[in-house]
Amino acid sequence: MTVLTVAEHRDGRLRDVSRRAQTAGRELAAANGAPVHTAVVGGDTEQFAAELACDGVDVVHTAAEGAVSSHDVSVQVLSQLVADIDARVVLVPHTPTGLDYAPALAARLDWPIVTDAVGLGAEDGLTVTRELDGRWTTLTVAGGRAVVTLRPGEWPPAEVTGDSERRAFAADIDDAAVRATVTGVEVIDATELADADVVVAVGRGIGAEAHLNLVFDLAEAVGGTVAASGPPVKRGWLPPERQVGQSGTTVAPDVYIAVGISGTAQHLAGVRDSDTVVAVNSDPAAPIFDTADYGIVGDLFDIVPALTAAVTG
Amino acid sequence: MAPTPRQAGAAGTDGAGELTAHSLSEWDAHALEAAVGLGEAHDDVTVVTATVGPPAADSVVRVALARGADRAIRIWDDRLAEPDLLDPRLRARLLAAVADELAPTLVLTGARSGPEGSGATGVALAATLEYGWATVVTDVSLDRDAGVVSVRCDREGNRTELVDVSLPAVLTVGTGCTEPRHAALGAVRAAHRADVATRSLADLGLDPVDIEPALGRVDTADRDSDVTLFDGSPEAAAADLARILRAHGVDP
Repeated sequence: MTVLTVAEHRDGRLRDVSRRAQTAGRELAAANGAPVHTAVVGGDTEQFAAELACDGVDVVHTAAEGAVSSHDVSVQVLSQLVADIDARVVLVPHTPTGLDYAPALAARLDWPIVTDAVGLGAEDGLTVTRELDGRWTTLTVAGGRAVVTLRPGEWPPAEVTGDSERRAFAADIDDAAVRATVTGVEVIDATELADADVVVAVGRGIGAEAHLNLVFDLAEAVGGTVAASGPPVKRGWLPPERQVGQSGTTVAPDVYIAVGISGTAQHLAGVRDSDTVVAVNSDPAAPIFDTADYGIVGDLFDIVPALTAAVTG
Repeated sequence: MAPTPRQAGAAGTDGAGELTAHSLSEWDAHALEAAVGLGEAHDDVTVVTATVGPPAADSVVRVALARGADRAIRIWDDRLAEPDLLDPRLRARLLAAVADELAPTLVLTGARSGPEGSGATGVALAATLEYGWATVVTDVSLDRDAGVVSVRCDREGNRTELVDVSLPAVLTVGTGCTEPRHAALGAVRAAHRADVATRSLADLGLDPVDIEPALGRVDTADRDSDVTLFDGSPEAAAADLARILRAHGVDP
């Protein structure tokens, strides 16, 4: 059973989720000596193939399909490649880009799809672990063929060693089936947040825009930059350049303080490079405590002013 | 003359999480709002809301009716079991059969059903129908004459993509769209009395083998955590945490 991992790139650069997927592929294939292949569709395939060549990955397939990514083209290329190499498992980064094509690839292949996987196993056929009902739940896949999207932080990036064979793959693209066209891209500059050493991030738990002063006071006390999870930004309480997470900024501070943030996977994807994560939340079962190094379970309206005073005093 | 355009706001449809919660998720509420908003902005639009679930799921589509959907369809069959619908592909098949019946101009779904949702049903549905699609949409501009819907899509890394999709299309809607409206009390009462059409597998021309589950649950485990928690009074816990922050280089 060949395991196929799919690389992701943006603005001419390979994203590190590509090499994380390779690590997951190697671990899955190691159980039964299966080959591991990686595919990259579009962009500077020459350069990307060099960056994806690593020990334990047998072949890197390059499909030169232009600089602009198209989910319609990705589905066509990957479904043809899967048939060509008889892949049984396709591993895709669990990112907005991956989720833009992976379910369609699964439907095209008529395979099941499991998203946001945190574990893979090959002991008794294919198993995939993901969160369900607040617990890690392992699923069996009848037939052993599946498309799986991988939570990026769960596997370290594979080291580039230059060992893989490179093959150009020429797909037969049906232009009539290309139904979506990207006509423009807008990017928000969030350099200040991305470079911050201390981040104080606020979430839905703050309740109202009028309460944000608690967070600004704490940020001032700890010399930090104020940020937010999705909800305060969606409500217009803080500008988009303050949003941490998959659709916002990935931060890498020394200390990340999460106030009233439950910790969805989408938010935590932007937090995982932080050295130390601190959480204040009233819900002891909130997923943020799985990622946090230190925390206080309690009412943020009591805890945050006390923390501001304790740091200042 | 063009056929009457219709939109099916597919509410409560996403895959894995909250399978038995039977509430309209935040994402589905935004999808519904986008559909109802298009209905108000354009002539000759019917908003049909559809969900997959047992009779208890009627409450989901009644919320949609109260907030402006014109009619509701609930897909269910005694041969279906909600835990077996973990694979978004199966939900997509059921919804695709309803879409085939309606021939909608647009299908709007939530980008996901909840924090544990698969985030995959909408795209799987588009591929099943061979429609175009766009994901995590935050703004929708419909041009039926040109046969195109223009959308803004949230992407990682502070990016927004502007995307044109040929009609008919499936859009998965993010929470950055217009805030969902509240239903008026009179509308809630009317929705409570409204008919919810049901469709069985036979109604949809599907065979049980079409929805044979490929995924099974074998094991569960607690989520792991290495967190150090400070307790006591807010002041005592905060003082302990402040010491840790200083030790990690926080220097006011």
